[in-house]
Amino acid sequence: MPKTMLELKIVSSSYGAIEALKGVSLRIEQGEIVTLIGANGAGKSTTLRSITGLVPPVSGDILFEGQRLNALPTHKIVALGISMAPEGRAIFANLTVAENLELGAYLQPDAAQNERQMDRVITLFPRLAERWRQQGGTLSGGEQQMLAIGRALMSRPRLLLLDEPSLGLAPLLVHTIFAAIDAINKEGTTILLVEQNANAALKHSHRAYVLETGSIVMEGPSQQLANDPRVREAYLGEK
Amino acid sequence: MATFLQQLINGISQGSAYALIALGYTMVYGVLRLINFAHGDVYMFGAYMGFYLANNKWIQSNVGTSTAGAVVVMVGAMALSAGLGIVIERFAYRPGRSGARFTLAFWLGIVGAGIGHLVHPSLISLAIGALGGILVGVILEQTGLRPVRQNSRLSLLIIAIGVSLVLENGGQQVFGVDPKFFPQIISTTLWHVGELTIDSQKVIVLAVSILLMLLLNLFVKYTRTGKAMRAVSFNLDAARLMGINTDRIIALTFAIGSALAAAGGILVSLLYPKIDPLMGIMPGLKAFVAAVLGGIGNITGAMLGGLIVGMAEVMAVGYGQSTYRDAIAFIILILILLLKPAGIMGKGVVEKV
Ligand SMILES: Nc1ncnc2c1ncn2[C@@H]1O[C@H](COP(=O)(O)OP(=O)(O)O)[C@@H](O)[C@H]1O
Ligand SMILES: [Mg+2]
Repeated sequence: MPKTMLELKIVSSSYGAIEALKGVSLRIEQGEIVTLIGANGAGKSTTLRSITGLVPPVSGDILFEGQRLNALPTHKIVALGISMAPEGRAIFANLTVAENLELGAYLQPDAAQNERQMDRVITLFPRLAERWRQQGGTLSGGEQQMLAIGRALMSRPRLLLLDEPSLGLAPLLVHTIFAAIDAINKEGTTILLVEQNANAALKHSHRAYVLETGSIVMEGPSQQLANDPRVREAYLGEK
Repeated sequence: MATFLQQLINGISQGSAYALIALGYTMVYGVLRLINFAHGDVYMFGAYMGFYLANNKWIQSNVGTSTAGAVVVMVGAMALSAGLGIVIERFAYRPGRSGARFTLAFWLGIVGAGIGHLVHPSLISLAIGALGGILVGVILEQTGLRPVRQNSRLSLLIIAIGVSLVLENGGQQVFGVDPKFFPQIISTTLWHVGELTIDSQKVIVLAVSILLMLLLNLFVKYTRTGKAMRAVSFNLDAARLMGINTDRIIALTFAIGSALAAAGGILVSLLYPKIDPLMGIMPGLKAFVAAVLGGIGNITGAMLGGLIVGMAEVMAVGYGQSTYRDAIAFIILILILLLKPAGIMGKGVVEKV
């Protein structure tokens, strides 16, 4: 029996009067890469923001290893072992690459452990080492994405949330990012991957959910969804 | 030439005091995108705390009026003002940020009372104003209109004005309306260098200001908490995702800004010892101009802005334009808004939505 890591039960979230999530339920088992695909504005980012407490849900339950996250502030959720590389990267442009990574380990007191984790991040993205003392804002889009993922890894999360990591990147960089996602998962980190690039996301995940205007409309093994005619037409650009 | 140098020294010491106050504006703006209009009153509070500590019998007999005594007065007043800053953040701005119930009604009531009293200085007029304000606040809240939403700028501005009113009127009640005279906590020596006369107090003002700014820079640049502060001011949500308790960093920012304002209050009181409960208004406005001039949100900019404003003011007075002394800062404000609204160190304000 696989162990459930994260579970959303009929979660609704809103921005003022706009209801962005309308009773979303999903489940992530330990060790999986689960992807959440859907069109622009479907509520993918809101799902991640609800999990991390940036947009606290209005109703429903969010359970992480059995613990209810709903009422917790973001920093406590991060302390439990969830980490997120947000949409648009949100790199601290006025801080150096090294400082960005240090902040990723803000809650980790063990300096030696952090050093080792930094080495792991550099092994994953050697490019970051070349930019070490540069301000985050001077990095290219691809490098910023590497930094965003690396920074999220610095807290040694058990669950990593990635919001459109391939957005706006050249094909070669998209390949690098997805290779890194596979590698991170192989080392034991569970991943929830939000993507508009459904093609790549379905290729690099175990299971998938399809979100449409705030509701889950389909779910299943990624392989299976990739072959589903409806998915192929709506999200993989086939007629 | 000698007059010029003399004025330069005066300008730098005056400017460094403005810089200390400007830092509080700019740091709070950095983390909250809020102009804390009560900041000038915290400066006043700091000066009064210094006054009471310096006149405290226990401190006088146990520490004396030596340098050690001056340090105790300074640090004590800074600590007390830091406490006031935390209280203001915790009980005024934080409820305002989260859109807590009746927050707006409460502060509109206070502002209403202030307006009522301004229109006609009687208890009845004050009460009518307060009731009117509360009524407007409750109606706004019930209808869910813009000003009551989370992080509404209008609501935060009303709170800022309300807090300022409370501090100024509270100050008049508690400290008394009449001016007090700040004791000479450090003795004055006049040094004669050629034609120049250098007042040791001015040198102390400058030295302490520089020391405090240096410490602040080291803190913000190199400590874990300082980095968290920079992260919060750059992107609040991203800072949260790092596991930073952003409320705590915001409170700390108020504490540091308030402590620096208190230091400014005491340093200025060394030069101009007359203190009164409304003394914070003008320096507060000038320091605000300094912060805007430097590029609001930018720490180095605030220091530079403070120096420029102080210098311009002293030079204007020194060259016979003393009637315009208080106008100089506003001329600078108008110029900067026309020529470079982002300020000299500003890279263009990254607006938060
Ligand atoms: N900060 C916000 N304020 C108001 N509405 C928002 C905000 N962010 C997102 N929304 C709305 O919520 C819905 C879901 O958005 P989002 O979760 O960002 O979608 P996705 O990530 O799938 O593109 C959209 O209708 C969007 O317009
Ligand atoms: Mg999105």
